[in-house]
Amino acid sequence: MSSRPELQAPPEIFYDDVEARKYTSSSRIVGIQAELSERALELLALPDDGIPRLLLDIGCGSGLSGETISENGHQWIGLDISRSMLDIALERETDGDLILGDMGQGLGLRPGLIDGAISISAVQWLCNADKSCHEPRLRLKAFFGSLYRCLGRGARAVFQLYPENNAQRELILGFAMRAGFAGGVVIDYPHSSKKRKEYLVLTCGPPSLSTATPSAIGEDGNSCSDDESSGDEENQTVCISDRHRPRKKQKLTKKGKTRAWVLKKKEKMRSKGNVVPPDSKYTARKRKAHF
Amino acid sequence: MRLLTHNMLSSNIKGVINGFPLLIEAERVVEKQVDFNLDFLKNMFSKIDWKALADASKTMGYDELPDEVPDPSVLDSQEFLQKFHHALLELHLEEGALVYPETGRRFPVNKGIPNMFLHEDEV
Repeated sequence: MSSRPELQAPPEIFYDDVEARKYTSSSRIVGIQAELSERALELLALPDDGIPRLLLDIGCGSGLSGETISENGHQWIGLDISRSMLDIALERETDGDLILGDMGQGLGLRPGLIDGAISISAVQWLCNADKSCHEPRLRLKAFFGSLYRCLGRGARAVFQLYPENNAQRELILGFAMRAGFAGGVVIDYPHSSKKRKEYLVLTCGPPSLSTATPSAIGEDGNSCSDDESSGDEENQTVCISDRHRPRKKQKLTKKGKTRAWVLKKKEKMRSKGNVVPPDSKYTARKRKAHF
Repeated sequence: MRLLTHNMLSSNIKGVINGFPLLIEAERVVEKQVDFNLDFLKNMFSKIDWKALADASKTMGYDELPDEVPDPSVLDSQEFLQKFHHALLELHLEEGALVYPETGRRFPVNKGIPNMFLHEDEV
């Protein structure tokens, strides 16, 4: 798996002209972004009354997600930090207005007017410690605080993101809660490493039926049951557990890859037709560590 | 950038008390046709800061909007709705700047995109 772009350079440098064009001309990426945007819009749970809303697209990039918003009949304002990406959005003639800006500096919008916000594959960039270790926290605080203020009552914010690890996920969630948001994480296809997608669904205002975290999509395309993990009221992380799926793979024990696991793996490779050394008493023997 | 967006932007520079509205310096204004949607206009009518919209519209060269906030009954008037629609969605600021009135700080607008980056000391 290629390394994360977040570890290579800050977004305004990573997404330069070349990368921006590459990103937008890849049909695979365009397809994925469209899917993610559709799902995010679905999770926004806007009323089905045909009235166009005013939405925010945070980290709108080259306008891929914005197009989905327009196709669904809503108006939007997009914000992105990379001029190159926005230039491509201009080429593609998006319907929404584009703003060149840094979400970590605060959104700079009047309070209570936005009907909803989506962000596709962008919010995790806020966690980068590009400069000092204090900065990401200030940026997260500025972002979530300003977002909370500009959203109307009952509005939602849905972020599809790729957190690097659990610590990052907790960090983002923590700042969202501190800003006053309620909500949780929706994980689609939790068992598939390729299809797995994570959405942070945040709601403004007190928790109620409408702010309950929606159910996720499981392996077979149906909604999974979700159990709420233990935790205090503030941290409503939803754990998705699929009761129906039997475990096919051998569970990796804490000690790592046991001999049984190795033997099974070798059998599998043989059945695939690979050349595999024969099993012997030396298979998966613990070796001495070399320096 | 349309006046819809301009009406939402409020400068959040550190120390600023009221960052809205930003004054428009219009160097190039373009008119783009946008489909008329009654529901959206009604939705936005209650959100818009009317004075800011009317002033901005004048700066962009369209002087058809009333200065004072009109009574909601105007939403039944097709004539008014057309003007509202035109000012809100069809006037585009392509080149120019948004200026924060208290300090004169300029946010340049190029190719219709305002550059809202804050300097280190303004955050």
